Amino acid sequence: MVVSKDEIMEIRASDHVVLVRQAVRKWSTELGFGLVDQTKIITAASELARNTLDYGGGGTVRLEAVESGGRRGLRLIFEDQGPGIVDLEKALTDGYTTGKGMGMGLSGSKRLVNEFDIVSRVGEGTRVTITRWK
Amino acid sequence: MSDNGKGLSEVLSKHEADLQADWIKEQTAGSARRTGAIKEVELRDQCKEFLGLVIEALQGGGDLDVRGPRWNPVRDLLANLSRSRGLQGFTPSETASFVFSLKKPLFARIRRDLSKDGEAMAEATLAATVLLDGLGLYTTEVHQKAREEIIARQQQEMLELSTPVVTLWEGILALPMIGTLDSARTQVVMESLLQKIVDTASSIAIIDITGVPTVDTLTAQHLLKTVTAARLMGAECIISGIRPQIAQTIVHLGVDLGDVTTKASLADALAVALERTGRAVRRVRAGS
Repeated sequence: MVVSKDEIMEIRASDHVVLVRQAVRKWSTELGFGLVDQTKIITAASELARNTLDYGGGGTVRLEAVESGGRRGLRLIFEDQGPGIVDLEKALTDGYTTGKGMGMGLSGSKRLVNEFDIVSRVGEGTRVTITRWK
Repeated sequence: MSDNGKGLSEVLSKHEADLQADWIKEQTAGSARRTGAIKEVELRDQCKEFLGLVIEALQGGGDLDVRGPRWNPVRDLLANLSRSRGLQGFTPSETASFVFSLKKPLFARIRRDLSKDGEAMAEATLAATVLLDGLGLYTTEVHQKAREEIIARQQQEMLELSTPVVTLWEGILALPMIGTLDSARTQVVMESLLQKIVDTASSIAIIDITGVPTVDTLTAQHLLKTVTAARLMGAECIISGIRPQIAQTIVHLGVDLGDVTTKASLADALAVALERTGRAVRRVRAGS
């Protein structure tokens, strides 16, 4: 996989979630994503950025324009140094939440993208990587 | 250090008129001045007033602390100037150069007058630098503050702009939502809708999300809460303006909008609302 362009954005306040959505919209448009694919990755980014902020205590997102086997895609890596997720399986269950949300964000974003990877260590932080191919 | 400003004060008073002329020349020649943005007469008045006030502030002691009460009139003048220039679209450095451009003519006069006394010259130059730097930075500060005020006001305006609840028909309200549905705004939206339901005794409220670019779980949750609250007050909500890509995304997210009536367009929603309130729209003659 070749990364042709990348950028790191801070997620420290709720305004930053809006900025992340706008950046993802811009990048996916540039990559030539269709309207549905655009909306899907923007929505997933919105969910994960908010998780980074609300549950991870803030962090960063790394946007990467990637290419592999003639396909182009957008990869987003959300990282925080928060408390980490104790039970990943539970966290990925529809409707489960430790906060006030619907409990659909993490599992929902997994369904909105082609590739989804989550690494979390209690006390160290969480990293979620998603990729949507064109 | 108390007589720091004495030499400077003398130079300023002695050459007030010449300094003013040179200073204006400096500003009109330099790139600092936007051609035509500020009238020559206006600039002349501002320079004259500024020099006069500085000389006054320096009188009777060399107090160079520009934050002190002695400098209030000078600061007021700069604050006004900075604000008005900020509104005209000047950058902070363009605004600050009003003060900084005085350095060159002033230093030239100090050098000429005090060249025989090296120590006095150094002292006066230092005093001039401290003073003009302080005042220049002050203009930048005011400039930035003015900008922040504008931004804060615009945010407030957007908050109010984006939540118009309109009456479509007797007993039928519509809330066309535009932009991001984040917590602060959604709160205002919810409140204004619920209040309007009470005020107009409406039984149906249509929430149109055509102008909402992204519907994620938080947005959906806000919408569902609004619908529930309206229902508690005896009004039914219809959500309209769900575009195809939003519909697909909501399905993949796994969000269940439950028994909320949803429609693709506001027109469809209005038709449902009219029907539920026992009305129908009928064509009375063949249209074009």
